[in-house]
Amino acid sequence: MMEAKLGAAGERRMVTGDFAAAWGALISRPEVIAAYPITPQTLIIEHLAEFLAAGQLDTEFIRVESEHSALAAVIAAEATGVRTYTATSSQGLALMHEPLFVAPPMHLPILMTIVNRTVAAPLGIWAEHNDSMPQRDTGWIQVYVEDAQEALDMILQGYRLAEHPEVELPAMVCMDAFLVSHTIEPVDLPSQDAADAFLPRYKPVHAYLDPDRPLVLGAASPPEYIQEVRWETDRRMRRASEILEEVDRAFAAGFGRTYGGALETYRLEDAEIGLVTLGTVTSTAREAVDRLREHGEKVGLVKLRFFRPFPAERLREATEHLRAIGVYDRAVSFGVGGPTYIEVRNALYDSHRVPILGFLAGLGGRDVTRDDVLLMFRKLATAATRARRSGGVVWIGTRGVSP
Amino acid sequence: MTLRALPDEDWFASGHTACPGCGGAIVVRIAMKVLGPKTVVYMPASCLLIFSDLYPLSAFRVPTLQVLFETSAICAAGIKRALKRLGKDDVTVVAFAGDGGTADIGFQALSGAAERNEDILYICYDNEAYMNTGIQRSGTTPFGAWTTTTAVGAAGEGRGKAEFRKDVPRILMAHDVPYMATASLGFPADLLRKLEKAKAKKGFRYLHVLAPCPVGWRAESDQTVNLSKLAVETGLFPLLEYEDGVFRISREPRFTPVREYLKLQGRFRHLTEDQVAATEAWIQEQWERNRALKQALGPRAVATISKDAPVGI
Repeated sequence: MMEAKLGAAGERRMVTGDFAAAWGALISRPEVIAAYPITPQTLIIEHLAEFLAAGQLDTEFIRVESEHSALAAVIAAEATGVRTYTATSSQGLALMHEPLFVAPPMHLPILMTIVNRTVAAPLGIWAEHNDSMPQRDTGWIQVYVEDAQEALDMILQGYRLAEHPEVELPAMVCMDAFLVSHTIEPVDLPSQDAADAFLPRYKPVHAYLDPDRPLVLGAASPPEYIQEVRWETDRRMRRASEILEEVDRAFAAGFGRTYGGALETYRLEDAEIGLVTLGTVTSTAREAVDRLREHGEKVGLVKLRFFRPFPAERLREATEHLRAIGVYDRAVSFGVGGPTYIEVRNALYDSHRVPILGFLAGLGGRDVTRDDVLLMFRKLATAATRARRSGGVVWIGTRGVSP
Repeated sequence: MTLRALPDEDWFASGHTACPGCGGAIVVRIAMKVLGPKTVVYMPASCLLIFSDLYPLSAFRVPTLQVLFETSAICAAGIKRALKRLGKDDVTVVAFAGDGGTADIGFQALSGAAERNEDILYICYDNEAYMNTGIQRSGTTPFGAWTTTTAVGAAGEGRGKAEFRKDVPRILMAHDVPYMATASLGFPADLLRKLEKAKAKKGFRYLHVLAPCPVGWRAESDQTVNLSKLAVETGLFPLLEYEDGVFRISREPRFTPVREYLKLQGRFRHLTEDQVAATEAWIQEQWERNRALKQALGPRAVATISKDAPVGI
């Protein structure tokens, strides 16, 4: 067990992504945590249990009997007016699909860490985004991170964004199985004081259960009222696009680190060809970009961070000069392509007249190598010569299928 | 609390839209009189939700939450844990759920909350089928009963429900919860006593109350109390109590012939002599078991552990 010490200025330590997430949860001071174990999320809740046993974490910890109950428990607790945390992965998130829909219309800013893992069948425990991508229409904010530090920092940022009075939506912080969750990296573990300064105690604005001021949460509603509820969630999600940028700037002021908000670019300013990535593949893609740049090729990256709200406007601005755009996905909508590819093409349809290709690789947790990314850029270079709007989906590194 | 001492004030107010004679509505009204204003209510998708909390109206004068059909026990637990953090541990959290939400789809969360001894009161109003969706069979639907999914017809299967009901109270006993009791609207003094006890105790408390549904049972709406009495007196629905490991039979039935109960309900109109005989045999078995339980877990049979006993091994 790792001994957790809280220096005033925090400390830098070698930890796993799961530990980093547990630390992020610890210093966010959730009043209620409910969780159910699933590989590779388990270390998160084990570390939280250790913090609890050591007296560092002061919370109600509900060791529930399923993920369905984990989310239902934090929904009910959050509805009573306290900050809550949970974490899951893969099948667990699939089981949560039903309660996911409940939190956004009730304005419950729950924070949940997702360790992205393959969804059966076939059963697999490695990185894939087919667990969280199908949840994109539930009304939750979704941010995808690249490393352990970001997994931690986005918990703090996530709460501040989710709890913003003009947002009040739940948020998922998604990290790749094992590549982040179980990989040991140097991480700055912020102090409690620093966290408190950035993230004050949660005070619910109006929707909470209190016998002194009775209200109904979750009433049955006729069609006369439901459409406005949907519109309201949509409006808040759009507003979150702006608030998340403010939150990142405030975080940078407090912690000296910035993530660029909804997206971050790499060597993109003078690039002719760009690749949009999500999650840990970004690190590999940076290497590939550097390699190609050494050979004089004008390539660059967009590290897409937020998937909900989807940063369409920023994406348009960042990519308007490109002659071809590739979109990497670790999930597939069968018969169509990757979810990110679908979103990006939709976002750029009005403004861009260039080829946009979708790349599927790393499904089921297969490694995505630098050579795989170089192949994506080669495909894009060929497509760029067409100089007209076109699309297509390319499977990279699939046995028996030529890309 | 005696019937006379029951407050005039209602926390589940009139104006709700339950059907005439709805047992569930009476259970909730009486329970809320006992529980009072320092209460938070959870209810799942159910008849109760529809007849009490259809936006923008609510019959409850206390806060209510509805999340999902199968989350009554866990959501009540989540509310209670949060209230504890807020220094409001004196607030009672109650879940009112029907038999479908309790015995079937909500059973996993119920079992989990009972095992963890969550500090909540769970009241199942058992109307013995999925009444809100139109009288479909549930785990507590009695043997032989017609429902819309155990239709009566000429074929071999067309004799109503083929199985006897799931015994949820006995399953809750097996969880060794601090308090479990069954109750009937036909015996209000017993019901009130059990509600008060359940309110006062800490930890997981479970009340299973029979709630006749005139629509689903194909009975007259003025028969709710009479059916509640007959269910007990025929031995079909025993009044039991399990408190801190001690099992009690609250009332020895008169064992009124079960036909007296069955004949008042259209859902049993098609029963054959064999099915009635099978029901009678089942009642006997149930009571043999109840008596055996009383023998094994009755007041004298249970050794108590002194509070001064050393802790640990």
